Amino acid sequence: MSVASAACDATEIGARSPLLRVTNLSKSYPGPQGPLPVLHGVDLALAAGESLALMGESGSGKSTLLHLVAGLDHADSGAIHIDDVEVTNLDDDGRAALRRKTLGVVFQQFNLVPSLTVGDNLALQARLAGRFDESWRDQLAARLGLSALLDRYPEQVSGGQQQRVAVGRALAPRPRLLLADEPTGNLDEATGDAVLDLLLELAATAGAAVLMVTHSARLAGRLDRRATLAAGRLAP
Amino acid sequence: MRQFLYALATLASHWRRRPGQFAALFTGLAVATALWSGVAALNDQARRSYDHAAGALGVGAAPSLVAASGGFFAQDAFLAFRRAGWKVSPVIEGPIRLGDKAYRLLGVEPLTLPKIARDKMPEGETLDDFLGPPGRALVAPQTLRALGLAEGATPALGDAEHLPPLAIEKDLAPGTIVVDIGVAQRLLHRPGRLSRLLLAEQPARDAPSLETIGGDALRRVEADDAPELAKLTESFHLNLTAFGLLAYVVGLFIAHASFGLAFEQRLPIIRTLRAIGVSLRALAFALVAELMLLATLAGAAGMVGGYLIAAALLPDIAASLEGLYGAELDGALGLTPGWWASGVGMALIGATIAAASGLVKTLRLPVLAIAQPFAWREAQRLWLLRQGALAALALAGAAAALLFGEGLEAGFVSMAGLLLGAALALPLPLAAALRLGEKRARGPLAKWFFADALQQLPGLSLALMALLLALSTNIGVGSMVEGFRRTFAQWLDQRLVAEIYFEASSEAQARAIETWLAAREDVAAVLPLCKARTTLRSSPVASSWPVEIVGAPPHETFSAHFPLLEARADAWGRVARGDGALISEQLARRLRLALGSTLDIPTPTGNWGVEIVGVYPDYGAAKGQMRVDHAALAARWPDARRLDYMLRARPEDAPAVMHALQTQFGAGVARIIDQASLKQRSTTIFERTFAVTAALDALTLVVSAIALFASLTTLAAARVAQLAPLWAVGVSRRSLSWLEFARVTLFAAATALVSVPLGLALAYDLVAIVNVRAFGWRLPFHVFPSQWLEVFALALLTAALASLMPIRRLARVAPASLLAVFANER
Repeated sequence: MSVASAACDATEIGARSPLLRVTNLSKSYPGPQGPLPVLHGVDLALAAGESLALMGESGSGKSTLLHLVAGLDHADSGAIHIDDVEVTNLDDDGRAALRRKTLGVVFQQFNLVPSLTVGDNLALQARLAGRFDESWRDQLAARLGLSALLDRYPEQVSGGQQQRVAVGRALAPRPRLLLADEPTGNLDEATGDAVLDLLLELAATAGAAVLMVTHSARLAGRLDRRATLAAGRLAP
Repeated sequence: MRQFLYALATLASHWRRRPGQFAALFTGLAVATALWSGVAALNDQARRSYDHAAGALGVGAAPSLVAASGGFFAQDAFLAFRRAGWKVSPVIEGPIRLGDKAYRLLGVEPLTLPKIARDKMPEGETLDDFLGPPGRALVAPQTLRALGLAEGATPALGDAEHLPPLAIEKDLAPGTIVVDIGVAQRLLHRPGRLSRLLLAEQPARDAPSLETIGGDALRRVEADDAPELAKLTESFHLNLTAFGLLAYVVGLFIAHASFGLAFEQRLPIIRTLRAIGVSLRALAFALVAELMLLATLAGAAGMVGGYLIAAALLPDIAASLEGLYGAELDGALGLTPGWWASGVGMALIGATIAAASGLVKTLRLPVLAIAQPFAWREAQRLWLLRQGALAALALAGAAAALLFGEGLEAGFVSMAGLLLGAALALPLPLAAALRLGEKRARGPLAKWFFADALQQLPGLSLALMALLLALSTNIGVGSMVEGFRRTFAQWLDQRLVAEIYFEASSEAQARAIETWLAAREDVAAVLPLCKARTTLRSSPVASSWPVEIVGAPPHETFSAHFPLLEARADAWGRVARGDGALISEQLARRLRLALGSTLDIPTPTGNWGVEIVGVYPDYGAAKGQMRVDHAALAARWPDARRLDYMLRARPEDAPAVMHALQTQFGAGVARIIDQASLKQRSTTIFERTFAVTAALDALTLVVSAIALFASLTTLAAARVAQLAPLWAVGVSRRSLSWLEFARVTLFAAATALVSVPLGLALAYDLVAIVNVRAFGWRLPFHVFPSQWLEVFALALLTAALASLMPIRRLARVAPASLLAVFANER
């Protein structure tokens, strides 16, 4: 497993063609004393089926990078390519289609729809993408230990179970790239480990690449590669 | 499409989990639509009746020639115009009595009627039947029902006269009876006289002019110039519409509050949908589709409610319109496709207005920020600032309309601006008072109480605004109605001094009755009244107005009692000498006539110059009126109606006189009534008018209570999280419930306090501006502090009722729910 040279560019991916290619990406936010830079010329590549842990201190720009890759925010400069599609050039409809069909996003705060049952939450993105497969949904539910909870509402299940629903929802449409922002941040160590195991295993089953933001070096160590963001730059 | 459908289903799932919130939103939209469409149904019904009346066989719907001096003219004019090539058709119209009810008798000549009217006439054999003998009396089905007769009946009039056999003509207005012109002239005792000549078509270019044929005896009136019921009743309906609109706005406050909360609560769902690939466009379509679906469903329910409201108010409205304007409404509510379309349209427009700000804010906030309550609160704060600016704008608009506007519309604009501005500005003084309370508070719980109330203000402000509108309307309209009731009662006492009032069925009967009464010792005075109609023109406003001229003999009944607003010295003496006239307040205002001005009244015997020597109040009258000397009027109008009488007698003799009169003359006395009954009847008409106002007023208050209830219910869920920390540090659920109750009561009391000056401003606007412009008379401005106390109590009661269920639920909230707040598992 590569550890040191996470600040790799697309050419370092070797024989595998990059699924995700981030080139010279910069982003700043308006602040009281002018623009506040968050990302400076970030380059990053991730091959299909590969997993990368994105680490760094709070405020280092990890979540911003994830949001830019997901097309949830706009970069100031630079480019993001997913499957050779330049995300930065897409309009709102294009980005939405990308998230729906190509990406799976797991948020730190779960972001489940409180008015839908666990079963409907699991199926939501797959249905939106037109790729709902009931047997795959049931398989996911079984693997995530949610089979008995499908008719319950999110508020009726525990935090760990909600996190697993969020993971299942992201995997249900069989995304090519799974983006996860601290997916186990709200869970105890044992539950967090179990959820991550499942996430990686199911991503591998679905053939998805994983880009995961985490503070935990222990969890990061379980992914193929690690990259560290510091002051908006990928550490060499 | 898939995106859209799943987004719509996901958004709609929110309502399944929050049925109370859905009910509030649905109720708000439905109630707003119901009140608006109820009023619209009543207005529609009335308009259709007026159109029927105006268009009765084309009379009023076609241009016509009428006597320049008003009243009837000789039938020879018809022949003169026909010979000169003018396609005219003769018409005579006048009132007749059947039982104790007046009807409009219309005499037409079917062969020369304009095409529009001829098409409505029965054809073939039926036309021959109409021309008779015995002829036909065409009536609307409603009239036949009201008469309690069957087709073919020949109801008796006074003077042993009978109508021709009745026949139904469904297009006729209720209350109108159409007969052949010869029959009408006989029944109206106007042989050889006409009311108008209808112009079937424009005269040829080479035809002699109107003046050449008829001199200045006749003048042309266009269809629109006719003093139609629609015009007379316009103000009445405008008032009704204003009330409907107010209730609609209050209903929209509920919908707005519910939509706002729904958007806020669904922000995380919206963020999630965006994050998993629903495009902004699909989301916008889904939100709008949901809105339209809701509006259509609630609108349909509202239309049913509107129908029920209209059906409940119709009898009072019909009685008011008949009493005030003589306009007869069809008693059965008819609903047109236009009414349905406009009602659902109003629901859609209302829902769009109510949801617009939430929708725009939701769609404009960046996807990553929309789930952060802070961003929403920031946006809300900005919105409140904008609301303050809007309030200032609305108040400035009200002031501008008051200072520079003219007409009734400007009066309503000033009223709407005042109400809207005050409602929008309401959160500002409330927030200031709460901040002051927070500063002054000593104990920690008191400090929290004010700080928390301040935080709750944005969520409750819409409901409080609705309550403010309802309470101030209550005070404003209540003051006006109570003030009117007192003024009207006093005025009736002064105006109706005679002990007996009656109407003879014909001129011949009138003379006979007069002679018979003169010989009776128990009759102190016989005061005959003489009535004529004309159109007065005024140079100051370059306008004309139909006026009724009443001639009364000189008698202390008038000079000692008749109420005058202003008068010249020896006004009654001048009237008695025939060179002075008293005019009604409406007439003075409408034509801007002042005391001392000279009027040039057109009469059949030439123009008559009289000076205005007095102005009198004539509350409730829709038309202008003028009072002159009886003999002077009779001399100038040989055709004047001389059927009405007032009798003076000792009150204890009055019943015997009435009885003797009826025994002696039977049907020769068309109508007779004593003073008390007349007062009672007049008062009843106004009570029924104000019953409608009171009903709408009460409904508006109910709507505001629903608004408050809806806001409190929808906020209740969020309150658990806010109150849990206090519970955790030792404040019992019971104490928390009482504090919640105190908070709602405080808000309601503060709103009621603000509603008093606003209500008084509204009452002043109604009394001094709207009433004057709508009806032409001004009432004295009264204040009724006892009413303020009632309203204050009403506000507290409304708040108590609205808060009862949410607070009861809070008092019984399970400790597990409170604990869940800390477990972050909610």
